[in-house]
Amino acid sequence: MKYLCLVYSDEKLLHSLPDSPKDPECFAYAAAVQQSGRMLAAEALQPVASATTVRVRAGKTLLTDGPFAETKEQLAGFYLVEARDLNEAILLAAGIPAARVGSVEVRPVRELDV
Amino acid sequence: MTTAVAPADVAALYQQHSRQVLATLIRLLGDFSLAEDGLQEAFAAALQQWPQHGLPDNPLSWLVSAGRFKAIDKLRSQQRQHATAAAWLLEQGDDAGLVSETESPDDTAILQDDELRLIFICCHPALSPEARLALTLREVCGLTTEQIARAFLQSPVTIAQRIVRAKQKIRDAAIPYEVPQAAQLPQRLDTVLKVIYLLFNEGYSQSSGDKLLCAELSAQAIRLARLLQQLLPDDSEIKALLALLLLQESRRAARLDAAGELVVLGEQNRALWDQQLITEGVQLTEQALSGPRFGPYALQAAIAALHAESQAAAETDWAQIVALYDVLLRLEPGPVVALNRAVAIGQRDGAAVALPLLLALEQQGMLSSYHLLDAALADCYRQLQHGAQARQYYQQALGKTNQAAEQRFLQKMLKMCI
Repeated sequence: MKYLCLVYSDEKLLHSLPDSPKDPECFAYAAAVQQSGRMLAAEALQPVASATTVRVRAGKTLLTDGPFAETKEQLAGFYLVEARDLNEAILLAAGIPAARVGSVEVRPVRELDV
Repeated sequence: MTTAVAPADVAALYQQHSRQVLATLIRLLGDFSLAEDGLQEAFAAALQQWPQHGLPDNPLSWLVSAGRFKAIDKLRSQQRQHATAAAWLLEQGDDAGLVSETESPDDTAILQDDELRLIFICCHPALSPEARLALTLREVCGLTTEQIARAFLQSPVTIAQRIVRAKQKIRDAAIPYEVPQAAQLPQRLDTVLKVIYLLFNEGYSQSSGDKLLCAELSAQAIRLARLLQQLLPDDSEIKALLALLLLQESRRAARLDAAGELVVLGEQNRALWDQQLITEGVQLTEQALSGPRFGPYALQAAIAALHAESQAAAETDWAQIVALYDVLLRLEPGPVVALNRAVAIGQRDGAAVALPLLLALEQQGMLSSYHLLDAALADCYRQLQHGAQARQYYQQALGKTNQAAEQRFLQKMLKMCI
């Protein structure tokens, strides 16, 4: 099963709390997941200030500055992993260093019927 | 196959073993609803065949195979209609591959493992707490949706939806049907024990109207704790939880008087306490405390045991109860434990000593909607003969509970302060 682990955190606090992870730790964890063979993709994102939201209505492309929703915690990055089941996906998510200061939403990927 | 079988025997077997058969069918078929259909059909077949042909050598094994074949039959006919409905079956290969040849369901260990798997999946922390309760009652205890709805004062539709959504999540998120590995076991077990304790309290406090159903909920919680204790006999917290439930249950008959009014612990008729439950509870508490590592349930059981062993309210060993609360507060800090500790200190040292502790808790504000804090404050003021303050706090407590028996009790106390 594929699971998308969405890492959310308060951008203003992500790097400034006592428990905040530093880049080398995040990188080391990504490398470890990669090595375990369960990594499909993982990226960290630029702050939401850089976000643009795109909608297409009646054939017209509408752009808005900023994220889709203003929330207390913002999407900071993601892991796409291959896991045996939810328990394994939860273990992988719990290891993401940013989980200590933010939260990780674990979502099973839906296989589309084509 | 010679024993004569009456339909009543099949019914009794259903009562005792249907959950075990279900648990194994869920593992074999990988699907809750399919397993439930298979279970019903297997018992229907047993009801038809056993009275004529006699009891099979191994009835449980017979039921598991029958249920599995019925379910696969059903899938096959569905498959003819919808090609994708039974896609998983094709992935699994033919039906013979579903059970390995060496694995026979007459093996008690496998049946027990399956029951444990069922408990752990129903109490999975990825499900909402309400869903865990409903699913456990439905699947592990075999209560009907209507019974669960009545017990929680909710509509059957709400409960049915809750169960359906939980099963959907189990399927879509691939929550595995397994007993957690050793590293995760303590944490996962903690969730299971919480579900059992909640279940018990739901049946023990008078929050729902139906008295019989309340007793049934508590009985189911005790049954689950016993089952878990049987399956994982080395765990001291399971033992401790079972002890705690038995010790609380021992006082059920004394908690309400003939008119249905609430009787506080200190005024209960101790002759009504169930001595058999107390003996077993005390024994289990001692075992749990003698282990290398004990947790919050062991401490709560020890406190309950001290109450149970006092011949009269006045003989209660409050000093030791306070000491146990001290340890409990260190182990599991929280405002409710702090409140209970303050009340115990009041019993040991008097209301004047407890009052500042209770006022400090009120100041913290974490129990602002909890009527028992107001009631405890009111009791202190009443004992110190500050009638006005006592009345004010009893009034506040009254506004914060909607349990009828509690309200009548608080009204009675209110009338006592002049």
